[in-house]
Amino acid sequence: MTVEMRRSEVGALLGFAERQLYVYKRYWVWEVVWLFYSIVSVLSIGFLASGLDQLGAGSAGFDLRKAQLYLLIGALLWGYLSLVFMEAAYAIAWERWEGTIEYTFMAPVRRVTHLMGICLFAIVYGLARTFIVLLVAIAIFDIDFSHADILGALVVLAASILPLIGLAILTSVLPLLSPQKGEQMSFAVQGFMLLVSGVYYPLTVLPVPLQLAGAISPLTYALDGMRRSLLDGATVRDQVGTVAVLVVMGAVLIPAGIAVFAWAERRAKHLGLLKRSG
Amino acid sequence: MSVPAIEIHGVRKYFRRREREAGAPWWRREWKDKVALHDLDLVVEAGGVTGVLGPNGSGKSTLIRILGTLLTPDTGTARVFGWDVVRDALLVRSHVNRVSVEAAFFKELSPWENMVYASRLYGHSGGTRRRVVEILESLGLPRDVIDEPMKQLSRGQQQKVAIARSFLTAPSLLLMDEPTTGLDPRSKKEVQAVLETLRGEREITVLLCTHDMDEASALCDRVLMMDGGRVLADGSPDELARRHGAPALEDVFMQLTGKTFEAEEEEEVIVT
Repeated sequence: MTVEMRRSEVGALLGFAERQLYVYKRYWVWEVVWLFYSIVSVLSIGFLASGLDQLGAGSAGFDLRKAQLYLLIGALLWGYLSLVFMEAAYAIAWERWEGTIEYTFMAPVRRVTHLMGICLFAIVYGLARTFIVLLVAIAIFDIDFSHADILGALVVLAASILPLIGLAILTSVLPLLSPQKGEQMSFAVQGFMLLVSGVYYPLTVLPVPLQLAGAISPLTYALDGMRRSLLDGATVRDQVGTVAVLVVMGAVLIPAGIAVFAWAERRAKHLGLLKRSG
Repeated sequence: MSVPAIEIHGVRKYFRRREREAGAPWWRREWKDKVALHDLDLVVEAGGVTGVLGPNGSGKSTLIRILGTLLTPDTGTARVFGWDVVRDALLVRSHVNRVSVEAAFFKELSPWENMVYASRLYGHSGGTRRRVVEILESLGLPRDVIDEPMKQLSRGQQQKVAIARSFLTAPSLLLMDEPTTGLDPRSKKEVQAVLETLRGEREITVLLCTHDMDEASALCDRVLMMDGGRVLADGSPDELARRHGAPALEDVFMQLTGKTFEAEEEEEVIVT
């Protein structure tokens, strides 16, 4: 690839991210609503922990603070990761809704640039939104991060983005395979990940088949690693294993996602599915 | 010798769909093939406006979509300026733009935002506001619509923005898929005036799909008449009329097909 082509691809990558920014700006009322909804969801989970304590669910050894933080980390991280996941997973469905799918697929841009541009915006936007929710949660629940190793948590968070992008690209193929049913299937994938990734509970409470599914979900490792850093102070050095697992998963899932997407695009071009009405 | 803008040899395209025979139970559906293009051969030299005339279902849009790399031919080869639409899709795309019957925009975004997006996709820098304003004004769009959401613009205005957007990316081949369908008479005339200008300049090769015979007569240097996925006639509007001893292109079409030029069913099939 020549320098000019590389520059052009970078320009297009930023163009996709910029377009998303314009779209979010126009739909700002919805964004306020989603932010409100995210805050309410996280607060509800925090209060759930308080409620369990008052209902006597906690035994003498029940550590309310720890339980609350455990659940809040799950809620915050799920909010962030699911946002990034859904943004990328809906990249194609969204183009179809807007009627721009043909225009975008006719543009002289590599598909990887297209998908990464969407992911880039989702990652930055997701971080900003989660940060606001985190500030509210800290203010309400008086969260204690004195035992936390923030750097360790941030390293795990950064590493978790890689497999998440791969998984999201794989899911974004679904609306390309089936314009009518693909979007619903994307939701189903997201729901299943919520169930098996240990967002609100340890994996050990799940039936064995679901535990096995959880073992191959990158979110499981991301959540576990983040919790170990934020609850137990695991350092970057302690997180090397988790980071390695996440990076390897990313190294497999991203190329796999791009390859599957390329196959699905070829199929869609053969069957005539690359159009707004599907 | 210059490379042709479009070079198609033996291109065939069919679509499959599952159909239920009348009276058959709901679960008994069979796959059926519908041929959209029959072994098409076509060479279009660079420059000028070539019209593709035909009713819905004639294969016009399939042809446009193959040249736009949105569809792959089942057999044969299609080249744009010497590049194969399947193997060299990225190169083809950098030389082609399309204006379709429905302007493909993010409707909540303004013309400016949509054009910045297009500009970035085609490798131009985003800072082209002066150029965008110039192009839009040259198409007769008022300056104040540039920051209005697209959904607030009339269909005619949206179509002009679509044309302006295609100019912004400086295509060598402009695929226009019924760009005036559904426009009010005034907007239609304005869009046609833009095409007339393009025809005069000859810097861009335009492939214009339409089922408006008068539009084709007025704007095209060459006309291909299609029906059922086949090219039935090929020549300048005057040539075709003379050859068939008919006063207008519509009469030529009736002579060739024995039917009137009316809308038929959609040509492409949804497979899910």
